[in-house]
Amino acid sequence: MSETLPLPTPPLPTKGDEAWRYADLDALAPVWPDIAGKREEIVVSAGESAARRIVLEARDPNVDIRTLAVRIGKHARFDLHCLAIAADYGRIAVEVTLEEGAHFELGGAILGSGGQTLEIVTDVRHAEPGATSNQVVRSVLGGKATGSFLGKVGVARHAQKTDAAQSVKAMLLDRTARANAKPELEIFADDVKCAHGATVGELDKAALFYMASRGIPPAEARRLMLRAFIADAFVAIEDEAAREEIEGRALEALGAML
Amino acid sequence: MTMLRIDNLHAEVGGTPILKGLSLEIGAGEIHAVMGPNGAGKSTLAYVLGGREGYEVTQGSVSYEEDDLLAMAPHERAAAGLFLGFQYPVEIPGVSNLHFLRAALNAQRDARGEEALSGGAFLKLAREVAASLKMDAEMLKRAVNVGFSGGEKKRNEMVQLGIIDPKLAILDETDSGLDIDALRTIGEGINAILRKPDKGVLLITHYQRLLEVVEPDYVHVLSDGRIVKTGGPDLAVRLENEGYGAIEEAA
Repeated sequence: MSETLPLPTPPLPTKGDEAWRYADLDALAPVWPDIAGKREEIVVSAGESAARRIVLEARDPNVDIRTLAVRIGKHARFDLHCLAIAADYGRIAVEVTLEEGAHFELGGAILGSGGQTLEIVTDVRHAEPGATSNQVVRSVLGGKATGSFLGKVGVARHAQKTDAAQSVKAMLLDRTARANAKPELEIFADDVKCAHGATVGELDKAALFYMASRGIPPAEARRLMLRAFIADAFVAIEDEAAREEIEGRALEALGAML
Repeated sequence: MTMLRIDNLHAEVGGTPILKGLSLEIGAGEIHAVMGPNGAGKSTLAYVLGGREGYEVTQGSVSYEEDDLLAMAPHERAAAGLFLGFQYPVEIPGVSNLHFLRAALNAQRDARGEEALSGGAFLKLAREVAASLKMDAEMLKRAVNVGFSGGEKKRNEMVQLGIIDPKLAILDETDSGLDIDALRTIGEGINAILRKPDKGVLLITHYQRLLEVVEPDYVHVLSDGRIVKTGGPDLAVRLENEGYGAIEEAA
């Protein structure tokens, strides 16, 4: 009779691990034994479509980490829309493998204030030809919050006609907040399109004054502008009710920050 | 009745004095034009009255309907009935004109203790005003000023003016960048919206063209931060013919 020994817990990540370089490791340590090595596996069969929405929650201890591993079959599509909010340390990590002609769509918002550390980490592997991916992340950060997007795109040698796009924009409400945007491209094929853009900015003061001059109070003006700013992350959700639901949650989180 | 009383106003921008003792009174039912060369302080006057950050009042006072205007935040000034028309209207990506204007109008109504206008009633009003100013109603749905030509932006300012229907309008070079036809439409719009016994207008302009349509009651010449001459509509004609230099020397 043989007995299966429990696998040892993998060691706690360090700042030296690329995918964890902006993480809050002190907050991670106590929950690490429970989450290490665990991830939700999703397989989208050839020709099918699937969608997932993730909204982080406040917990005790206030750490919320979601890890997905997704395989998108031939000409299949997977849509992930997520909100990194609420947790003191929150992380949404997704590893995606795209087969021929598959599409991965990511729309994410990171909304943090106080001392929150929130991150979205993606590893998108274009393993076969003709697959496409589009990742849109919008962050609004106040106080001493840190919001990070780490987006790795790998294109295999024979994955020609890959089209991978990343658009990452962050808005800082206070000079003490921090935004990290880190695209990482590993391209081994030669006929591919990999576009990425990242900006970090502040609310346009001229626009805020313009709105005030029309009678809109400052908090309402900021809310209107930030709502428009994060809408890019959810514009790809075709189901109107679903889009309104996640946008509603985002607006609630924004409202609490202003 | 005096609506706006500016008394010995001094203001600076980034530590540089721009307004140096400007005094001006606007009564209800009056249209005043302020003309002057580049750098005289015309836009600074508009921004100080609107309450823009960075425009520091160092001396003097401004009262609006007996209240201290300078003590009010910009959005409070708007709710009290002041409208600032921008020389360079600002683009707000992702916020539709309709959404923006309804938020503005209802914020003002709320501040005044009035009931919010319903979506339907607001849409009707917005369409009527846009039509009267010959603006395509489709433009109401577009993001505020984004992708608008210079003329369209100015027309949009007038549509906002018409919808908000303020008591006192300060219009900063509303005529710049307009062709002759647009100038006439906008001038007629100003007359229709603001030429009323209970309203006042401060029209800041470089040129006399707009004044041919709007016909101010008073024309002031602003030079080096002060009003150096005040007259009737004929003063604008003299400025056009003789230039600022001659008038400033005579003053």
